Amino acid sequence: MSVSRMLQLNVTARRRIGRTLSHLVLVAGSLLMIGPFLWMISTAFKSEAEIYMYPPRWIPADFLWQNFVRAWNTVPFGRFYLNSIMVTGIITCGQVVTSALAAYVFARIQFPGRDAIFYLYLSTMMVPGQVTMLPLFLIMNRLGWINTYQALTVPFLASVFATFFLRQFFATIPVELEDAARMDGCSRMRFLWQIMLPLSRPALGAIALFTFLGHWDDYLWPLIITNSTRMRTLPIGLRFFVEESGAQYNYMMAAALITIAPVIALFFAAQRQFIEGIALQGIKG
Amino acid sequence: MTTSTVPEPTRRRWAAAGILEYIRHPLKRSDLLTGLGFLAPSAIVLLVFVIVPVVSAFLLSFTKWELLSQDRAFIGLENYIEFLRRPDLWRVIRNTLYFTVLKIPLDMALSLSIAALLNQKLRGQSLYRMAFFLPVITSTVAVSAVWRWIYNPNLGLANSVLKLLGLPSQTWLSDPDLAMPAVALVALWKGLGYDVVIFLAGLQNIPTVYLEAAQIDGATGWQRFRHVVWPLLSPVTYFVLIMSVINSFKVFSQIHVLTPRGGPLGSTEVLVFHVYRLAFQEYHFGRAAAVAFVLFAIVTLLTVLQRRFIEPRVHYE
Repeated sequence: MSVSRMLQLNVTARRRIGRTLSHLVLVAGSLLMIGPFLWMISTAFKSEAEIYMYPPRWIPADFLWQNFVRAWNTVPFGRFYLNSIMVTGIITCGQVVTSALAAYVFARIQFPGRDAIFYLYLSTMMVPGQVTMLPLFLIMNRLGWINTYQALTVPFLASVFATFFLRQFFATIPVELEDAARMDGCSRMRFLWQIMLPLSRPALGAIALFTFLGHWDDYLWPLIITNSTRMRTLPIGLRFFVEESGAQYNYMMAAALITIAPVIALFFAAQRQFIEGIALQGIKG
Repeated sequence: MTTSTVPEPTRRRWAAAGILEYIRHPLKRSDLLTGLGFLAPSAIVLLVFVIVPVVSAFLLSFTKWELLSQDRAFIGLENYIEFLRRPDLWRVIRNTLYFTVLKIPLDMALSLSIAALLNQKLRGQSLYRMAFFLPVITSTVAVSAVWRWIYNPNLGLANSVLKLLGLPSQTWLSDPDLAMPAVALVALWKGLGYDVVIFLAGLQNIPTVYLEAAQIDGATGWQRFRHVVWPLLSPVTYFVLIMSVINSFKVFSQIHVLTPRGGPLGSTEVLVFHVYRLAFQEYHFGRAAAVAFVLFAIVTLLTVLQRRFIEPRVHYE
């Protein structure tokens, strides 16, 4: 065997060992990530006696489907779902519309003072929601909006992040396209609606997805602005269920599973869009 | 036109800014009107629900404002002084810093290493990526509930594992020394996948020609990482660092679900938790606003400091 060939073998062997080690580390890491989910599923099907068994069993002796029925019937999860879907849906649609309009102005329509307004927009991104929430609560109180859908949605109908993101995307669409359309008598509104938005479908999709996921998990604001079971969104409803279920971890896990199942299903269905969208954020940011 | 009713100096200023031209010229006037019209919906929402509240929060922080009684008066810096005087301040700031220090270095090191492993184009890459990303997309309250069960002091999974290893069991969230590390571990677990995905995208963006050139010149794996990958990745690292620091100063929901009363001896009460407690459990709105502004100041200061000291070391292409 020639020397060069032996070196070659050495390199491939080392590479193979490296890959095996990488796989081992990644499998261990993945198990740590998924473990709590498996534990949640396992507990959700167990009887009360079985959850405290030592050593813990990963596969329940009997699969008690009635845990889910019981959790579903104890608190109105259906209502929480409806509330969450309504609130997040309204916020997402609202943000996409207001942000697309504003982004179009910042990308294309020139007038004095526009850039000053743009910097004002950007500067509001610095403000943490925890600062504005106190006066916002007082404003809602004054308007009589506490415990209403308006309070849960209206303050979030505009988004500087979405505006900025769409503006960056709109700027990549050739100006010549717009000049030609305008020459033929196309109005700004019509151009935005019939040409700009269809061309920006990936960006719009990414923004809608982020907005939806971001607000689906909203916690602090719905916690302080709602005060009846009827108006609670899923996170808040689940939080009160967790507080009140004491040591009945099987029901608690069944409830948690009920609330996350659709999002996980959505994630598996649209995995690529999720991950590419997040990656895009890092590159742009 | 009625421009003559506008006083001369104002008119001159308008002309300088080009506004007059925008009012006179029909095409430009239509641009101005369309522009303002398109901006109006988002501008009104931002004005009423962000800008007005920021200003009011600032004023509120100089006011004695109790929600239950009608006790309201301008008291100058009293809310800030009260906050500085109480031991609460140092406790919540220490807790917030402790959380940040526990989470961020580990998070950065682990997410970058995992991204580097994933970047080898291994088989099953997308499966691994999915596993790490799963906690990111699931509801914070739901996963925090699971961890509350894992940390159960009697026979939670965490103690079962310790028992299996022959170690003494712990009370986790009820132990003043362990509560914050336990909470930080959950935050690390939940957020890791997000940073992995961002680092992975950053790594995939590095042109392979540079790495190949370094390899031909005889650079070892570590040298290639240190002198090629690390500098080229620095904008991404910088982004991850800033976002993680800012977010860890604003952490609330997972802490509130894991330790609803701020932990044993207030050991997990962070800044936002303190604002929440002052305002919505004790109804001192003025004092809560002062603490919220301290939070705002810290976040702004951090951003400025990072810009000044870290950004110059970032290599943009």
